[in-house]
Amino acid sequence: MTLDFNYILFQIFPYISLAIMIIGSVLRFDRDPYSWRSKSSQLLRRKSLIVGSILFHLGILVILAGHAAGLLTPIALFEAMGISHGAKQILAIVAGGVAGVFCFIGLTLLIHRRLFDPRIRQNSSFADIAVLLLLYAQLILGMLTIPASLHHLDGEEMVKFMNWVQHIVTFRSGAAEYVRDVDMVFKLHLTLGMFLFLIFPFTRLVHILSAPVGYLFRKQYQIVRRRPT
Amino acid sequence: MKIRAQIGKVLNLDKCIGCHTCSVTCKNVWTSREGMEYAWFNNVETKPGIGYPKEWENQDKWKGGWERKPNGKIYPKIGGKWRVLAKIFANPDMPQIDDYYEPFTFDYDHLHTAKESKAPPVARPRSLITGKRMEKIEWGPNWEELLGTKFESRKRDKNFDDMEKEIYGQFENTFMMYLPRLCEHCLNPACVAACPSGSIYKREEDGIVLVDQDKCRGWRMCISGCPYKKIYYNWKSGKAEKCTFCYPRIENGEPTVCSETCVGRIRYLGVMLYDADRIEEAASVENTEDLYEAQMDIFLDPNDPEIIEQARKDGIPDNWMEAARKSPVYKMTKEWKVALPLHPEYRTLPMVWYIPPLSPVQNAAENGVLELKDGLLPDVRSLRIPVKYLANLLTAGKEEPVIQSLERMMAMRHFMRSRHVEGKEDTVVLDKTGLTKEMVEEMYRYMAIANYEDRYVIPTGHKEETMDAYGERGSCGFSFGNGCSSHSNNKTEIFESDIPYGGKASSRKDNRINTLFTKAE
Repeated sequence: MTLDFNYILFQIFPYISLAIMIIGSVLRFDRDPYSWRSKSSQLLRRKSLIVGSILFHLGILVILAGHAAGLLTPIALFEAMGISHGAKQILAIVAGGVAGVFCFIGLTLLIHRRLFDPRIRQNSSFADIAVLLLLYAQLILGMLTIPASLHHLDGEEMVKFMNWVQHIVTFRSGAAEYVRDVDMVFKLHLTLGMFLFLIFPFTRLVHILSAPVGYLFRKQYQIVRRRPT
Repeated sequence: MKIRAQIGKVLNLDKCIGCHTCSVTCKNVWTSREGMEYAWFNNVETKPGIGYPKEWENQDKWKGGWERKPNGKIYPKIGGKWRVLAKIFANPDMPQIDDYYEPFTFDYDHLHTAKESKAPPVARPRSLITGKRMEKIEWGPNWEELLGTKFESRKRDKNFDDMEKEIYGQFENTFMMYLPRLCEHCLNPACVAACPSGSIYKREEDGIVLVDQDKCRGWRMCISGCPYKKIYYNWKSGKAEKCTFCYPRIENGEPTVCSETCVGRIRYLGVMLYDADRIEEAASVENTEDLYEAQMDIFLDPNDPEIIEQARKDGIPDNWMEAARKSPVYKMTKEWKVALPLHPEYRTLPMVWYIPPLSPVQNAAENGVLELKDGLLPDVRSLRIPVKYLANLLTAGKEEPVIQSLERMMAMRHFMRSRHVEGKEDTVVLDKTGLTKEMVEEMYRYMAIANYEDRYVIPTGHKEETMDAYGERGSCGFSFGNGCSSHSNNKTEIFESDIPYGGKASSRKDNRINTLFTKAE
């Protein structure tokens, strides 16, 4: 273990970005709840939003779910279930690839709208534009990993990332060693991903945490608030 | 039975002169902020017309209100919970700002700075959304004022359903009326039901429906859910905002700003008691024509000893019960049955009711002879505003309640005229319309004289029971979530929030006033 660039980026930086994300989100939620919203611009221009937003959100939800399930599920569990790393790798390439194309088309439409529709552009903050472009870059990097993965259809490369993530979230040392020798495109993807975690609380991305799934379980439609006594 | 009380409202359309004082005073108090320029918590429409936003009454288009399914249960028309969430990325049932109007200002500065020229300088319009020149203003908040725009456009008014509407496009048959509109503070609000965050709620103590600004996430479903289109999306803050029924004033026993400033004295505020356990039952009756009666049924009589007893058990304060017994809203809706709900077919059980307007007798102009029903009162069907139109607006198409209301008002006029002009009281018309002399004298006092004390009977809220005001001394008043700091601190704002006053758009008037005060300190 040496304190080199690889170590800083993949052993220390993950904790910095996660800490900022978690503490920042908690602070924002507590301190400035009025600013916590999805910041929809549908009212200002509806037509151009509909296709783009739906494609983008569906695509990215599948991608995020895939990343979460694929990276965080303990490796032993996969082995116990008898799913080979190779099969998992192919599933990831296919499902991720399809969702990635959806997401790419949607994001392209949304970026075009945000930059070139005068109503939307005028009412975009720096963060609104930056977050879209960063997601675009991250998506493209993610798609570019597919050719690299095609050389590792046995899935051994992917196991490295699973080990890395699982070591990070369980606070074990040696995580950075797993990704030391992976392809550059993966390293860029990981780094930008961690950067997105870092800026998360300062952007509209926080609306992800408020996804209203609880609505489905609300017993009644009406809400009546009683005065506190 | 679970008794709850609400401050209800009645608007006497017979006296509305369409002056827009209500709209302007409301806007000055509540919506003169960036992101809300296009929003009018109170607006006055000229009917017939498609209104603001365009065709708001067309629920085939906007999917507002509730829908009764064959199983007898009601669901928001935009869909059940899964369907609401499916629309969350892009809501196909939501109006775009152009359906309201693109907010604009004029280049007033140019009038001061223009060089000398042959023609006088002109202040040209500029969009408040993009800041760019608008060559032509195509629509505004009151574009149809006094029957503006072509009948071809205005006839899309949903209240023309089941009518031979073409004849009302002819000059001889044309008619108009004013319709001031605000949030209905419904008993069965569809906006509350549609809100995925659960941020919209009805207050138990006075029935006011509010959006919790700190809980709203801007999912925009309430805007579709509300059939009256009285929830507005603040495009600057990304939150939903709506009429607050001026709750800080109501809690103090004062009328809302729109009511207080109404020069025609058409607005009435008073307590209504209702049975909260029967809301769903009333909203779910099969035939939409029965919704008016169903809602009337769950209003309770504040003079009934049993109701008084139960109300005390349910925690309704004594001063509220006393106000309920003097409530002008109760008198107009239940006792005289002259006030009717707005579009009860939406099944939201609205709580802002309307007295339909009388209009000139059509035949009189044509024949020079008044056609009198029973020789006393003109037939309401000969009035210029068609009864069917009013019924489509106020009683889901059922004409009898509208006819009764109009006849009672005509009877009141006839009786008072006979007393004051002819010097002898003609009580025959009263018997025919089911009124007594006492009733009609009271109606006259409330509706014609309309003293301030009779129009507004608002019991004060009991905030002293819920909070210790001592600790609130000197603290900031109404603020946007971030305590008192948002005003002075917006330069270092790290969470990209758009503070309504201050912040980035420094050319705004609000902002200039704000910096003025900051500098003065």
